[in-house]
Amino acid sequence: MKEIDFKEFRQRVGDLRGKEYWRSLEELSRSDAFDEFFAQEFPQQALALDKGVDRRSFMKLMGASVALGGLTACSGPVEKIVPYVNQPENLIPGRPIFFASAMTLGGYANGVLVESHMGRPTKIEGNPDHPSSLGGTNAFMQASVLNLYDPDRSQVIRHLGEIATWSDFLASLQPVLKMAASNPGAVRLLTQTMSSPTLGAQMQAILAKYPGLMWHQWEPVNRDGVREGLKMAFGSYANTVYHFDKANVVVTLDADFMDSGPGHLRYARDFAGRRRVRHNVTKSINRLYAIETAVTGSGALADHRFPVRPSEIETWAREILAAIGGGQARPAVASIAKDLQANRGASIVIAGEELPAAIHAIAMAINQALGNIGSTITVTDPVEVAPTNQLESMRQLVTDMNAGTVKALIIMGGNPAFDAPADFNFAHLMSKVPFRVHQSLYYDETGMLCHWHIPETHYLESWSDARGHDGTISIVQPLIAPLYNGRSPHELLGAMLGGMDVNPYDAVRTYWMTKAGTGAAFETTWRKWLNDGVIAGSALPARGGAAAAAAPSTVNRQPSTGFDLQIKVDPTIYDGRFANNAWLQELPKPQTKITWDNVLLVSPKTARDLGLSDDRRDAMVNERRTLRANVSYRGRTINVPLWAVPGYPDNSATLFYGYGRERGGKIAAGTGVNVYPLRLSDAMNGGSGAQISLTSSEYPIGCTQEHQSLNFKDTGGDRGIIHAAAFEEYQRNPHFAHEGEEESKESMYPPVAYNGHAWAMVIDSSVCTGCNGCVVACVAENNIAVVGKEEVVREREMHWLRIDRYFRGAPENPEIYHQPVPCMQCENAPCEPVCPVEATSHSAEGLNDMTYNRCVGTRYCSNNCPYKVRRFNFFQYSDYDTEALKPLRNPDVTVRTRGVMEKCTYCVQRLNAAKIDAEKENRRVRDGEVTTACAQACPTQAIVFGDMNDPQSHVHQLKGEPANYTLLPDLNTRPRTTYLAVVKNPNPEIKG
Amino acid sequence: MAQIFHRSTNTLSRVTIFGAVFIAGFVLWLIGGIVRSPFATGQGVHLEQPVPFSHQHHVAGLGIDCRYCHTSVETSNFAGIPPTATCMNCHAQIWTNASMLEPVRSSYANNQPLQWQRVHRLADFVHFNHSIHVAKGVGCATCHGRIDQMPLTYQAAPLTMEWCLDCHRHPEKFVRPTNQVFNMAYVPANQDVLGPQLVRSNHIQSLTTCSTCHY
Repeated sequence: MKEIDFKEFRQRVGDLRGKEYWRSLEELSRSDAFDEFFAQEFPQQALALDKGVDRRSFMKLMGASVALGGLTACSGPVEKIVPYVNQPENLIPGRPIFFASAMTLGGYANGVLVESHMGRPTKIEGNPDHPSSLGGTNAFMQASVLNLYDPDRSQVIRHLGEIATWSDFLASLQPVLKMAASNPGAVRLLTQTMSSPTLGAQMQAILAKYPGLMWHQWEPVNRDGVREGLKMAFGSYANTVYHFDKANVVVTLDADFMDSGPGHLRYARDFAGRRRVRHNVTKSINRLYAIETAVTGSGALADHRFPVRPSEIETWAREILAAIGGGQARPAVASIAKDLQANRGASIVIAGEELPAAIHAIAMAINQALGNIGSTITVTDPVEVAPTNQLESMRQLVTDMNAGTVKALIIMGGNPAFDAPADFNFAHLMSKVPFRVHQSLYYDETGMLCHWHIPETHYLESWSDARGHDGTISIVQPLIAPLYNGRSPHELLGAMLGGMDVNPYDAVRTYWMTKAGTGAAFETTWRKWLNDGVIAGSALPARGGAAAAAAPSTVNRQPSTGFDLQIKVDPTIYDGRFANNAWLQELPKPQTKITWDNVLLVSPKTARDLGLSDDRRDAMVNERRTLRANVSYRGRTINVPLWAVPGYPDNSATLFYGYGRERGGKIAAGTGVNVYPLRLSDAMNGGSGAQISLTSSEYPIGCTQEHQSLNFKDTGGDRGIIHAAAFEEYQRNPHFAHEGEEESKESMYPPVAYNGHAWAMVIDSSVCTGCNGCVVACVAENNIAVVGKEEVVREREMHWLRIDRYFRGAPENPEIYHQPVPCMQCENAPCEPVCPVEATSHSAEGLNDMTYNRCVGTRYCSNNCPYKVRRFNFFQYSDYDTEALKPLRNPDVTVRTRGVMEKCTYCVQRLNAAKIDAEKENRRVRDGEVTTACAQACPTQAIVFGDMNDPQSHVHQLKGEPANYTLLPDLNTRPRTTYLAVVKNPNPEIKG
Repeated sequence: MAQIFHRSTNTLSRVTIFGAVFIAGFVLWLIGGIVRSPFATGQGVHLEQPVPFSHQHHVAGLGIDCRYCHTSVETSNFAGIPPTATCMNCHAQIWTNASMLEPVRSSYANNQPLQWQRVHRLADFVHFNHSIHVAKGVGCATCHGRIDQMPLTYQAAPLTMEWCLDCHRHPEKFVRPTNQVFNMAYVPANQDVLGPQLVRSNHIQSLTTCSTCHY
């Protein structure tokens, strides 16, 4: 094994700045093994069977399949048509209906439109009228529909683990309620963050009726830092709403404002609106500085990204504040401060959701000094029903539990036995409470430890209401009756208030009657609210008051020995609540591309210091493996796979919590490592002084970063897959993306004229954060199968749309680019002539059709695809057997079987439906009438789809942009999917 | 060394080799015949239904329009099978005691749907839309045959892809004026002249790309 010449490759990369893009650390070191698998799309296809099949079992299997196949072929399957007895009004069988509703996460709502086929919710879209969504969706919203049908959801009321009834539960609740009326502090109610006005009113009524009852709130992603920081700044609990559409300069302090947190879909849309470049239209674009530890989606879009150790973020924040006041600062900070000063009232400094309160207070002090508060930042009253420091609330609860004063504990939602701070010993202390109730979607770690478990309704199953990031209220409208006997929180609270069977619909409606009046007028208003998905004008009004100008003096710094450990919420399975969601598990994590696992992120140098040489790492990564490491923090140790990533600060490490569920369900079982044991009450998001030691145990990792990569190295380096330039350079030369382009016009095909529709897509790379919303939207729309970690390791994931990630520059702090790659729908498609059975052919509208029923699985097409967008069903990946998942499928898309090729179709089912509707009126499909699932989901509208033969269409205009380029133009495949080159806006004062 | 095979085996082997082409041809012809036969396509087969519903009686005898029951044929991919309530619109008043209609009454009384056997079944990978065919002038009878003459409903056409393509390739041979779509007894006066006219005036396309139906 040669010792890696790190200096050499740094030099190579450093010197080639401007042209050389790379995908991963392994590619930089360019080992032979790497080159070999780089060239193949399914490099491990020889390993089809785990163990060999002997002659005898082969004969048995063949005999059985011939017998069965022969028998079943004789008669077609019997199919029944079961009409309604009384058909509901407005329901047309075969046509979907959309209902407005809202999904909450961490208490904050995003408006959704839910597609319903014959009463079955199948797909979530964003509600364009909802201020937090504006039509965009994130991965959680898209995947939430799978949670609805999850067969592992809790299905029965349990008492001591045995099936029980609701009335049994109500009976046993009566003595507890008596106690709550008389005995102060004996009965505790533990909820998650709550923004529902109706639930809030019910809570108020309960607290009034039972003076002895105490209400606690806890969830692991609780925004305590934001809440307390704003309290420091404004004197009382508050909520901030940012207006990125008005900001010329944005500075993030470990804040991923575009991909997580309340309002992030809106923020991404607003930011992108100031980011995208249109020829002769755009006069200026905004500028983003990211000061952060691990790479985030917002950081990837930044013009300047500073990888900073977690313990240093506060120092940077203080320096910015000082520099704005005229103080001394390092050159980078001085330049940022100057830029901010030049954009007073038109800039934003935003601190991350998981940062401590002090940094939030500092950020607000900076914004105050810059005059941003009131212009780019609106301060309102809190969105929550009862803003609480959740950590203190939980601390009080466990203290009382330990003292034995808690006689009954009712947990509504959440999983505190799994996710409470480790030093609180919550699960252990639960045994000191004589009466415990748990209401949740899953019979999980907490449910196991409770006397009573009540299945909770999914948001698509029950009425409620909730507030968005700016306080806008939506009525949560159910699409289906509870599938698994769930009870809504309104019912549980109603029962505690003395109603035997409170209907959630009545609860919500009655509450709103008290607000908006009764009678016929209310009915009209109510119907409008349900139709729109929002209550117009219900956003919280701006409130006056300035932020404290001075930074809080308490410097809560621990001695900086050992590693800085940062603990963050997992980007795809959240705090663990989505651990049983296979779509989210298999979704490559936005910045690391790891599936089914959580890892310990470190920098390549730190990995080397720990004993993982680059050579060893490359060799292992090529075999889809990595080494595990022990992470110790204050005497607590966990064992996690180590993963080196570029753009990460040295001597730091990031862990994502949410994995390691013990009672999470069949999908969650055995995935990842539980990080909660390191999450302590005085270091909720990590701290300094962690110890990391490498072990020799290897661990397989399903990282999709190198899968299906465009093989541009074989043909002599850079082929212009990514083009990026500064805004000034773009203005000088808008055609920069076409420089040195070798476009070939040679073709064996006869020229084809497309006179009807010509469907096409343009992807604006400038505004893609790599958030993955489009990928899950595609999975949900097109019934894409989940393959599992073992198959992902073999590069067989089925996602039709992947997001490629490229780097440029030195691995310490490279520029980062995201590129969504669906099927290019080439006009001269290389896949078509090689198919021996014509299963893939060209449509008259330029689509590259894939006919599943013709495919015999030769895989020639995928061999011949230069973009590597074809996916093959090596096994029966689609689940044909689980009854609970059948209603989830999109009935307009075939569920594929083993042995057939599949790929992106440009959502041809939607195109056909739109064309049929248009043809019935004898007109053409209008621009905007139909779009693909990915384009519809994209929060930043980076994906634009339409008919490029229509001169009025958006996509037609974008095709004419000078920055519009194709991938691998020298092949003359004439792709219909093209890209707009990245335009950034770096500050000329900051070099490197 | 003596010859192992008699000279006549030469002829035999020639016949076998030459005949193999015919044998293979015959087998292919046989398979082709079987997959097109009603045995495989289900064409002309009566299925047992919970109620022996007669289209002949309701359509030809009583003159009920197709769309009275198949309500979504003009709006949806699925023509729609009437809910029990539609049957009861009339049968709450007439033939209220007919034993034949007992399943309908009990369905209505017990709120349990009737379960009909599907007569026209397409494979799951084929997507067919009624509404566009109706809108462009493909008559009900073009595919479903003379439903008005069927005491028990059967599949009149083979529903093979070949059969679909006959019309998709040459729509002018089959289309009719849109006001004649629901007319069971429609006979074109001069299809050779009318067909191409309708194709032009109704913007009827010959759609034969795979993704028209398969996706």
